[in-house]
Amino acid sequence: MYLSHILNSKKIALSVILGVFLTFCTCKTFAIQHEEAHEAAAATEHEEEAFNPSEVILEHIADSHSLHLWGTTSIPLPVILYTDKGIETFSASKFEHGHADYQGKYYTYRLVKDKVHIVGEGSDLSAAATVLKPNGKLVDFSITRNVASMWLSIVLLFIIFFSVSAAYKKREGKAPKGLQSFLEPVILFVRDDIARPNIGYRYQRFMPLLLTIFFFIWINNLIGLVPFFPGGANLTGNIAVTFVLAFITLIIVNVNGNKYYWKHIFAPDVPVWLYPIMWPVELVGIISKPFALMIRLFANITAGHIIVLSLISLIFVFKSAYVSVVSVPFVVFMDVLELLVAALQAFIFTLLTALFIGTAIEEHHH
Amino acid sequence: MELVTPEIGLVFWTTVSFLILFFLLAKFAWKPIMGAIDDRERSIEDALTKAEAAKEEMGRLTSENESLLKQARAERDLILSEAKKVKDQIIADAKEAAQKEGARQIELARVEINNQKAIAMADVKNQVATLSIQVAEKILQTQLADQQKQDELVSQLLKEVKL
Repeated sequence: MYLSHILNSKKIALSVILGVFLTFCTCKTFAIQHEEAHEAAAATEHEEEAFNPSEVILEHIADSHSLHLWGTTSIPLPVILYTDKGIETFSASKFEHGHADYQGKYYTYRLVKDKVHIVGEGSDLSAAATVLKPNGKLVDFSITRNVASMWLSIVLLFIIFFSVSAAYKKREGKAPKGLQSFLEPVILFVRDDIARPNIGYRYQRFMPLLLTIFFFIWINNLIGLVPFFPGGANLTGNIAVTFVLAFITLIIVNVNGNKYYWKHIFAPDVPVWLYPIMWPVELVGIISKPFALMIRLFANITAGHIIVLSLISLIFVFKSAYVSVVSVPFVVFMDVLELLVAALQAFIFTLLTALFIGTAIEEHHH
Repeated sequence: MELVTPEIGLVFWTTVSFLILFFLLAKFAWKPIMGAIDDRERSIEDALTKAEAAKEEMGRLTSENESLLKQARAERDLILSEAKKVKDQIIADAKEAAQKEGARQIELARVEINNQKAIAMADVKNQVATLSIQVAEKILQTQLADQQKQDELVSQLLKEVKL
């Protein structure tokens, strides 16, 4: 790998080891802090202003109906609801950040923990959770923070790769230049180090998919690291997104599976009486591979965000700006590590997709 | 638990967006980019192969040139030695011819000299004969006034003359 010389540096290796060690320390500390905070929260339940880190963190890594800009300013996003009576669209500003119900065409809606619920008419905001039980079916198709962030990343990808593609047309047969010269090694890396060794000589068919997956994950990981607008979303750390990506991998792998692949699953080289055992195992294997992809990407990105947010939360837990002396350097370190993880997870997801495709289309000669 | 439950809305938007992204990028970005990269790699490979071939051709030409040069040198040497031989031959021939000619000229001269000598001798003999006859006439005229003396002389002359 072209990055290997970085890992060879003794200093960097040492600092990485130290960093990883310290990360574990902070995690532990945080866990303790977390518990203490919980106890504290339990002790001072009447106090409204008590800082609850887990709530804050979960709110940050979860989806939202508004794009937070700064302070209390945020852009409300369109809410699109599919109910059993019809489709309902309105702006999220109608909720006034959960301080008001919205009387729609069919139902009355309420925002609880950034989720839209149907409430019974006339129920006031302070009512207990029982009134939140929806008396109608509701599917939320809103343009949430994650969707907006994804569209932003897609627009960015279009701008980047259409311009690169134009550069290739304009400078045909010449050496790459500018953005093109930055991205060409990455594209070649995907081709020569991911696609070719894992898929084999028929790699070209799968290049568009692998490149799209790689750059989509990478750019969204990077946008996710930006703490303020236009970042702030946790797209690749959302299980729905990784689910779709893994599902696409599942479809592509099994649609392209050849007779050897299916023979290996339904008629493996074992005694026939073992087949009833083998089939469930192999079928679970089909599902578990993309399932692992889904969980890996989701967990890695979410964990990174949780660590960074926890470190920031320390300042508020201790209610002392002096904690930032410790916490900010750790956050910076984590962000740098996350930069590596952003590329690494994109690489791993693409690599494993290529590997699964490779095993599905492999020709056996025995 | 909420964290690990995929929301249908986001699943829907991600699927739609990703598929649009995939098809548009595949058509308008990956295809031309991969095509251009492949083309360029092929052209580089071609250029390298051609350079290799040119190098080989060059080597072949150089060795050919060298052998040609060697051949030419050998030919030149051969021509030179032949020319030398011819020259020597010509010189030798010329020398021989000159010698022969000289000898012939000398012979001719000698013959001429002999002829001239013979002519001259004949002339001298004639003159001597004439003179002798005149002298003899005069002597005879003077001496042969008398008959006796004439006879004596005739006899004496006859005695003397030996031819």
